[in-house]
Amino acid sequence: MSRADMLYLRRRATNAMALGLAAAATLFGLFWLVWILWTTLSNGIAALKPSLFLQMTPPPGADGGLANAFFGSAAMSLIAIAMGTPVGVLAGTFLAEYARRRALGEAIRFINDILLSAPSIVLGLFVYTLVVKPAGHFSGWAGAIALAFIVLPVVVRTTDEMLQLVPSQMREAALSLGVPQWKVTVQVLYRSALPGILTGVLLALARITGETAPLLFTALNNQFWSHDLAAPMASVPVVVFQYAMSPYDSWHALAWAGAFVVTLFVLATSLVARAVLARKKVSND
Amino acid sequence: MTPALAPTDAAAQRSVIDGRADRGFRWLVTAAGVFVLLSLLGAAFSMFWGGREAFATFGLKFLYTDVWDPVNHQFGALVPIYGTLVTALIAMLIAVPVSFGIALFLTEVAPPWLRTPVGSAIELLAGIPSIIYGMWGLFVFVPVMGTHIIPFLSAHLGNLPLVGTLFSGPPLGIGMLTAGIVLAIMVIPFIASVMREVFLTVPTRLKESAYALGSSTWEVAWDIVLPYTRSAVIGGVFLGLGRALGETMAVTFVLGNAHQLTASLLMPGNSIAATIANEFTEADSEIYLSSLVALGFLLFIVTFIVLAIAKLMLMRLARREGQA
Repeated sequence: MSRADMLYLRRRATNAMALGLAAAATLFGLFWLVWILWTTLSNGIAALKPSLFLQMTPPPGADGGLANAFFGSAAMSLIAIAMGTPVGVLAGTFLAEYARRRALGEAIRFINDILLSAPSIVLGLFVYTLVVKPAGHFSGWAGAIALAFIVLPVVVRTTDEMLQLVPSQMREAALSLGVPQWKVTVQVLYRSALPGILTGVLLALARITGETAPLLFTALNNQFWSHDLAAPMASVPVVVFQYAMSPYDSWHALAWAGAFVVTLFVLATSLVARAVLARKKVSND
Repeated sequence: MTPALAPTDAAAQRSVIDGRADRGFRWLVTAAGVFVLLSLLGAAFSMFWGGREAFATFGLKFLYTDVWDPVNHQFGALVPIYGTLVTALIAMLIAVPVSFGIALFLTEVAPPWLRTPVGSAIELLAGIPSIIYGMWGLFVFVPVMGTHIIPFLSAHLGNLPLVGTLFSGPPLGIGMLTAGIVLAIMVIPFIASVMREVFLTVPTRLKESAYALGSSTWEVAWDIVLPYTRSAVIGGVFLGLGRALGETMAVTFVLGNAHQLTASLLMPGNSIAATIANEFTEADSEIYLSSLVALGFLLFIVTFIVLAIAKLMLMRLARREGQA
């Protein structure tokens, strides 16, 4: 066999091995996904019963559910969305419409991207010093504010991107009719970018539903039914954390049930978000 | 004459109102934009302020002493800093090659009909809340580590010189190696999706030229795609590193919350985020609380730097794309 043949064979072998390893890496990734989802599914369904949504979090050994935690999570998430979305949409509008190619816009975009990946526990500490410490006690409001800081960068980013996708002819056509710029933004651009912005809000919702770290020392926890946002409030992730770390089997079962419901909600929300965006793409073509 | 005047009057009035509304709206969106900027600065400053007592009391010693003694009010951050760095390093060692493999598979190897479903499945991994990773890690993965993987590692690697110290210890299951592996699973989808996106930006004519010269798929990936996207790939890796450093819940479950400094990867340890999560509500003295906030400040600064590098690296490729 000549040297050229040897080289050829070696290159073929290297290629086959590298591509085989790439396929193996993908299988490796999928393997964990299936394992984790299967664990959550089987343990969660086994622990699922109607009392989960009707009864309060129990003391160790007793029967109960997670009703107060579900309520707390829903309340704090919705308030966080209600606080974070308007500010985020306005800030995204600033980036896309008012600060293109300006140093301030670039700086804000840079900071926003960092905020997007910043550790959520750091935001919890921030809200602790901002709200909890001056007020002197943990509260549902503090938890909602901490979550709002996670919603904010997601909404800013998607609003910015979606407004930049709106064709500039639309702006020019509206402006040439004498429509003031704020009306162009609110009545023309927002309408065109709405599905995209909605996707951003849904993705933000999916993200905060499973967030635990920022709630640990803002909303804390509450064993009882409470709709008082000025008092400590239970949330599903924090209860799951507390119950999973405990030595009691009945608490473990409840933790799995909570984890299952949260995962289901998060995955469903992100699927809906994708569907909203996909529909928008089709209609544009 | 009056009927002719009225519309002009109304138009003038209207343009005044429009002008005012325009200025008001511009002011409103600018304020919202500046608020984003201020919230990050505010977070940095509030944590520095909260941690000032710890910094003032312990000075630089806070960074390199390993005492963590709430009873005698002595705090040093070496153990959590060490744990954070080691777990993140293990995570990156596993996640970077795997993510590269996934991105390569999804852009060059897999048949087109397979790319979208597999890509979406990998991205699903990114959507799973971190507390689920933590629970799965504690209840499912830790026993597997303790009964199969760690005894195997100890038996085969524990007696080697140098490397042996890393892999010696009782088969507890929890520990820095376990935490590193769980972190790796968490950051793989982030790094893989960045790599996949930037691999797709490589001009087809570049790749086709290489194929025309007789390159194999692997040679195109290694010699054409990777050099072209190098800065963005590094950016993606740093993005993953930023996540790994700051991840809290998954690590808290499987790391063991032990304030001890050990060379062995099989021993429990602690990380900055896990220390804060575990101890914050139990902190009973001002200096204890301040030390925890100071830890948060350190974490914030480190992740800020890592994420800023990531962003700059990603921008470099985007800028070149824009020019081309």
